[in-house]
Amino acid sequence: MNDTAATPMIEATGLAKSFTLHSQGMRLEVWDRIDLTVKAGECVVLDAPSGRGKSTLLRALYGNYRVDRGRILLRHRGIQVDLATASPRLVLQMRRETIGYISQFLRVIPRVATIDVVAEPLVSRGVDHAEANDRAAYLLRALAIPERLWRLAPATFSGGEQQRVNVARALIADHPILLLDEPTAALDEANRARVMALLAARRERGTAMVGIFHDIEARTAVATRFYPLPEKGQAA
Amino acid sequence: MSDEPLLEVQSLTVRYGERAACNDVSFSLWPGEVLAVVGESGSGKTTLLNAICGRVAASAGAVRFRAADGRVRDLRTLPEAELRRLVRAEIGFVHQNPRDGLRLGVSAGANTGEPIMAAGARYYGDIRRTAAFWLERVEIDPARMDELPAMFSGGMQQRLQIARALVTKPRLVLMDEPTGGLDVSVQAKLLDLLRRLTAELGLAAVVVTHDLGVARLLAHRILVMRNGRVIESGITDQVLDDPQHAYTQLLVSSVLVT
Repeated sequence: MNDTAATPMIEATGLAKSFTLHSQGMRLEVWDRIDLTVKAGECVVLDAPSGRGKSTLLRALYGNYRVDRGRILLRHRGIQVDLATASPRLVLQMRRETIGYISQFLRVIPRVATIDVVAEPLVSRGVDHAEANDRAAYLLRALAIPERLWRLAPATFSGGEQQRVNVARALIADHPILLLDEPTAALDEANRARVMALLAARRERGTAMVGIFHDIEARTAVATRFYPLPEKGQAA
Repeated sequence: MSDEPLLEVQSLTVRYGERAACNDVSFSLWPGEVLAVVGESGSGKTTLLNAICGRVAASAGAVRFRAADGRVRDLRTLPEAELRRLVRAEIGFVHQNPRDGLRLGVSAGANTGEPIMAAGARYYGDIRRTAAFWLERVEIDPARMDELPAMFSGGMQQRLQIARALVTKPRLVLMDEPTGGLDVSVQAKLLDLLRRLTAELGLAAVVVTHDLGVARLLAHRILVMRNGRVIESGITDQVLDDPQHAYTQLLVSSVLVT
C-alpha cells in the first residue's frame, strides 16, 4: 500500500499539443510545457480560464487526443506505461482497467437500456451480467435515477439524468485513475452533492483524479490541489 | 498483451493492370476486436476485404490467419480447396446487399441451416433448432422460418444474412457496408445488434463502411484509406476526434452533426 502511495499514478512531463488544421492552413498551439504528477488519493483540479486547454489536457491523458511531445506515464498493472507511445490495443486495455473518464456529455447508444449502458464497462472486462447489473443498480440508486427508467435507453432523458448515467458508467469499473470533465455541470444542487460524495469516497480510497470543475463549491469539496495550466511558452 | 493476433495482413497489394486498388496495406487483428475500414468510394476498402478472404487475388503481401487448430496459414498462398474449406468454416462474410449473401430460393430456416449442414450437421431436429436459435438472436420470429427471404423487409433480410454468416461460429467476420441501403431507424437496430453480437461472441471483425457513425459505434480501431493506401490508423475515437491527416480531417468535418 505504501509502495503504491509512493509511486505516482500519473507522471506527465514536457507535454505539448497543437492542432494542425489542414483546410485552414493553420496550426493552433494549445500548451507546450505541461508537467503534472498525481499520486493515489490526490484530486488535482485544473485551474485556468476557458480556452487554455483544460479539456484538451484531460483528453490527452485519456489517449483521446495525441500529444506532439512528452511522456504520459500512467501506473497500469503495477508498472509505469507511457500512454503517448502505447499501441492502440494497450491504450484500450488501459482504459478498461486503469483510466476512467467522465465526459460532459453521454454518448448515447441507440436502443441500449440505461442499466446496460452503466454495466457495460464491467461486462467488457468479463464480469458476469448478474454481478455487473447489481453494481449498476447500486450506482443508479446512489445517483437517484428512478428504477422505472433503468430499462429505457437514456436518449430521451433530461440533461441531468444523462449526466448521472454518465457518472455511474464511469464509476462502475473502479479505475485507479479518474479524469473528470465537469461531471456536475448539468446537475441541480442535490444531485451535485450526490456525485461529489461518490467522488470524495473514491478519492479517500486512493483513486487519483484530475478534474475540471467550474462550480466553486464542487472544486473546493473535492480538490486536494490546484494545477494552474501555464500559458503557452511559460513554464509552470 | 503477448497473445497472438488472429489475422495479420502484411503489405497486401491488389493490382488491376497498372492501378493498385489496394496498396501495401498492413494491420493486425486480435480476437474480440472490431476494426473499421473507412474512406470514400473507390478508396480500396472493399477490395481489401475481398483480398483478405481470397475473393480477389492479391498481387503481393500476406494474409496470415490463425486457424482454430492453432496453425497460422497464409490465405494468399493456400491451395484453392483448402482456402475454400477454411474460409467456409472460420470466416463469415456479410455483404452490403443481403441478396448477395442469401439464397433467395430457399426458406429463412434453410438459409441458416445450410451452412451447418455443409459443416457436417446431419440431424434435421438439431439443424432446425440451431436455425431457430440464430433467427431469434437476430430478432427474427422463428415462426417465420419457413418463409422465403423475399417475404422479409430489407432490414430483416440483412439480419437473416447475419444469422447465416454467424451460424457456423466463425472466428472472423468480414462485413461490407452492413448497414448501407437501410433506413436510419433500421440501421440503428442493426448496429445495436452487431455491437451486441460481436461483444458477446468475442468475434473479430473487419467492417468496411463509409459511415463514420457506424465506425464510432462498432469499432475499437479504425483504418482510413484513400487511393488504395492506409493514410491514418488508430483507436477509433482518437482518429475521429483528433484526426492528423488532411484527408481524415476532411472526412470528419464533412459529417453532418446530429
